Formats: sequence, C-alpha cells, structure tokens
Amino acid sequence: MATAERHVPHLKRDFAALRKDFPALQQLVHGRPLAYLDNAASSQTPLSVQDAVAEQQRLNHSNVHRGVHQLSERSTAAYEGAREKVRRFINAPSLAEVVFTRGTTESINLVAASFGQRLEAGDEVLITGLEHHSNIVPWQLLCERTGARLVVAPIRDDGSLDVAAFGRMLGARTKIAAFAHVSNALGTVNPVASLIAKAHAAGAVVLVDGAQAVPHLRVDVQALDCDFYAFSGHKMFGPTGTGVLYGKRALLEAMPPYQGGGDMILTVSFERSTYNALPYKFEAGTPNITGFVGLGAAVDYLSGLDFSALAAHEHSMLEEASRRVLAEVPGARLIGTAPAKAGVLSFVVDGIHAHDLGTIVDSEGVAIRTGHHCAMPVMERFGVAATARASFAFYNNHEDVDRLIAGLKKAVEIFRG
Amino acid sequence: MDELQELYREVILDHNRNPRNFGELADATRVVAGVNPLCGDKMTLYVKVGGGKIEDIRFQGTGCAISVASSSLMTERVKGLPVGAALELFDKVHHLLTGPRDHEPAADLDKLAALGGVREYPSRVKCASLGWHALKSAVADDTANNVTTE
Repeated sequence: MATAERHVPHLKRDFAALRKDFPALQQLVHGRPLAYLDNAASSQTPLSVQDAVAEQQRLNHSNVHRGVHQLSERSTAAYEGAREKVRRFINAPSLAEVVFTRGTTESINLVAASFGQRLEAGDEVLITGLEHHSNIVPWQLLCERTGARLVVAPIRDDGSLDVAAFGRMLGARTKIAAFAHVSNALGTVNPVASLIAKAHAAGAVVLVDGAQAVPHLRVDVQALDCDFYAFSGHKMFGPTGTGVLYGKRALLEAMPPYQGGGDMILTVSFERSTYNALPYKFEAGTPNITGFVGLGAAVDYLSGLDFSALAAHEHSMLEEASRRVLAEVPGARLIGTAPAKAGVLSFVVDGIHAHDLGTIVDSEGVAIRTGHHCAMPVMERFGVAATARASFAFYNNHEDVDRLIAGLKKAVEIFRG
Repeated sequence: MDELQELYREVILDHNRNPRNFGELADATRVVAGVNPLCGDKMTLYVKVGGGKIEDIRFQGTGCAISVASSSLMTERVKGLPVGAALELFDKVHHLLTGPRDHEPAADLDKLAALGGVREYPSRVKCASLGWHALKSAVADDTANNVTTE
C-alpha cells in the first residue's frame, strides 16, 4: 500500500545513522568491511532485537499461558505483547487473527493443510509463475491429496505478472489464489490489491506471500482485503524461526486445527477434544517464545522508520546498482526488469556462473546470494540455471553498491584475463 | 598466492573455458545424471566401460567453473584407466578436497592437484566433487542412474 509522501517528524529517516544499530555490519569479512547484500535471504538484526532476545533468555525463560509464577507471567506478557505489536504493524482487526508460526513456509502449509481440506477433485488453486517454492509445493501437495488442479498464471519477459492471463485463469473452480506480494527472485512488486479484488470477484479465497514485502512496504491487511497474509520474522530484522499468518477471523474459525498438541486445546479426553480459541487453536506446542520476543522488538524498530523515505532510499540503491551492473560489467544481463520492483537485483554475467561471482565478490567482503533462489520455475522461465542476486535493506548504502560493482569487475578480470 | 588465486588457477579457468571431452557419447555403457541442488548445476556423465577399462568418457551440462573444470580434468585423466585405478583416483581426489589443510596432495595427482584450492571453500567442495561422484556411481555401482551432491 502506498504511504503518504508526508514527512512525519518522529519517524527515523537518517539511514546512515541507523546502520550503527546493526553490530553485524560493523565487522570485517576477508579483511574488508562487510557489504551485506543478501537481505532477501535473511536480514541482520539490530542491537535492540539482540538485547530483547538475550534478556528473555537470561531472566525470563519459562513457558507461556500456563504458569502462575512471575517468570511465566513475564514470558506470556512479552509473547502476547509481540502479537499486539504485529497486529498494529499490519493493521489486523484483532489479535485472534494473528497466528504465530515458524515462518512464511509454515504459514502457507497451515492454510494448505487446514483450509485446503475443503477442496475437492476438480477445484483449482491459482498461483503465478514467479512464486517461491514455498508458495508452490504446499499447493502441489494439496492438489495431490484432493485431486484439485494447480493453475499457474504466466509472467512476462520483464518478470511482471501477466495480469490479464491471471484474470482469465480465475473461474468458478478457483478456490484459492495464492501469490507473492514481492518476488524474491525477481523483485517484482505484484499489484496485489487489484489481484485480490479480481480473485474475490471470482469467489476465490486469497493468500498473499508477504515474506519479501514487509521489510520494504507498509502492509495494511485490511486495506488489501486479503484473506491470508504470510510473512517471516527473519526477513524483517527479527530472529529466525518466527513467522506470522494473518487470517480473517471467519475463515480461521471455520478451519480445522493444523497440528494437535498442547496450547491448542480447551479440554482433552480419549473420546474427544475441544479446541482453544483463536489464534491458539493454530499454535500447538510450546512456541518459539524467545524468537517472538525478538520479533516484537523488530516490529518496534521497523515501526519507528519512515517507510516512504525507506522506499526512496532503497529504490535509489536498486536503480544505481541496476544501471551500473549493465554499464560497467561486460556481459551482464538483468533478470527481472518489471516497472515496479523492490529490494532485489537479479542478474547473470556471460561466461561466469553465478556461483563463481558469489565466491569472488565474497572475497571482497560483499555478501550476495547465488543459485536458483528457491524459485526453479523462475530460472526455467528465463532459461538460466542460476542468477546472482543482490538484495537491499534500508541499512545499505551507495558504498555497498560501489563495492558490489568492484567485486563483479574483479570476477570479470579473473575469468577473462 | 592468495586463497582466491588458489581456487581459480589458470588450469581451472582454462578447463572451464574449453572443457575437454564435452558432449554426448553415443555408445556409452553407463549414463549418470548428477545434480547439485545448491547451485543448480546439472551434468550428465557418459562412460563406456569395456574389458575392465574406461574406454571412453564424456560429459555435458551446466555448472560453475569449479564443477566444469573438475569434470573436464577428471575425464581427461581417467580415459583409458582400469576401473580400479579410477576408483583409487576418486579416493585421492576426495581426500584432496576434504582432507586436512596441511595435507600434501598425492604425488601422482599431477594436474588434478589444482583442485586443492577448493579446501578453503567448504561450500564449493560439492561443485568440485559432482563429476567424481557421477564417475564413481557409473563405474562402481550398476544400479544408480542419478547422483546428487546432497
């Protein structure tokens, strides 16, 4: 969702100063200052997140929702406090609609396994050609179980979704439409609000994979009107092993539990069990309490940033890096040139495999991702086995771009002499 | 030489640019597909075994410089060797790639010693060993048709 272009005084926009909040960015790698450009895989955590995690471990470690003692009260307050922070961050109407999971992958699997039980042979699940494996495989498994059909809306040569084809592929049989908000392999920003409206008009329930969106864009699940929104903590400056599934209450209420165990029940007998209220019905077992305390701190951190300034800063780095890779690295070609992009620059260089590029720029202290980015169908679509991917966060700067370009030039020098 | 120069020695870059024995082998007796899911490398190894010897060998596929050069060097070296000798070579190369740092490469590795730079790059060991695993499964095991570095 677009944010107002107005400067809100209490929101931080001095990104050069904020870089100091991230201890990992202060280190040398191979004797050179780290230029961390693998944020789409996992982002660094600020000191405030690390401190919150450490304090939870040092003083408050205990279980949630069951103890009457002080430590359990503190853990419960911190864990449920994180849920309220997340709720506000994505503007969910209620806490019941914010389910904590292990990550985006588990959030999507939850919906496929639980909501998916209402699918039958002949039904269709519509996804797009730019999805991450975690927004493909859970639906494939669902289709194998139910006899439903997986339908894939194609993408264009620039990596943008063919919205007209998406519209044509929606129909009475489409029970679920699932698509990324932002593509992890291409950086494409999908026009999600309009896709959601089209899918709803066809009677489909919509899941948005927001893993790559939350660190870059303000997300308002009510404005989007999506039915489910999935994202991960570790791509938004929080700990690994934390994720969120937002779901509309009426849908979550009607869905059967995903996993059985402690915390998700009200009563258990050998004849039958009754299930806990939302969101606990979907949180079986002791959760990653420490992780979510950290996620709460990450949301506090993100909530203090001016997202329109953040988007402008990231866009300027992405624009400069795209231009300079093409101009200064002989044989370079961008994969993914959609008009609307966020955070991600995927590219290949003639005669130099992405993996070799990755090793060589790493020797200069520049961290990028190389490979298929868990998006093999995207690689197939563009006829490449792998790409190199530089992905940006607000704490990156134009010096990181300089370093990337210098590293790539070094690779060309080594390979072409 | 720094570590990066150790990894990308001239012989590696040369075999990457001009891989030897590259392409299909029509009369292969064994065809093995190798995959490194980490980086998307895919290679197919064609081996013609006769009279206990590797009479001919070719490979094709896509991969990083380390993987292509390693497969190229491998085919160049094992062509004409008795199967037993090729398997011994597999063990020596495996030790070269994963053994302790101060270990001196076996004297008879010759050109293959150039692969030793990989030791400093644990994530690249799989690239260098893909072709070799395919070779081992082609000549030592007559059931596997697919190998993976995972």
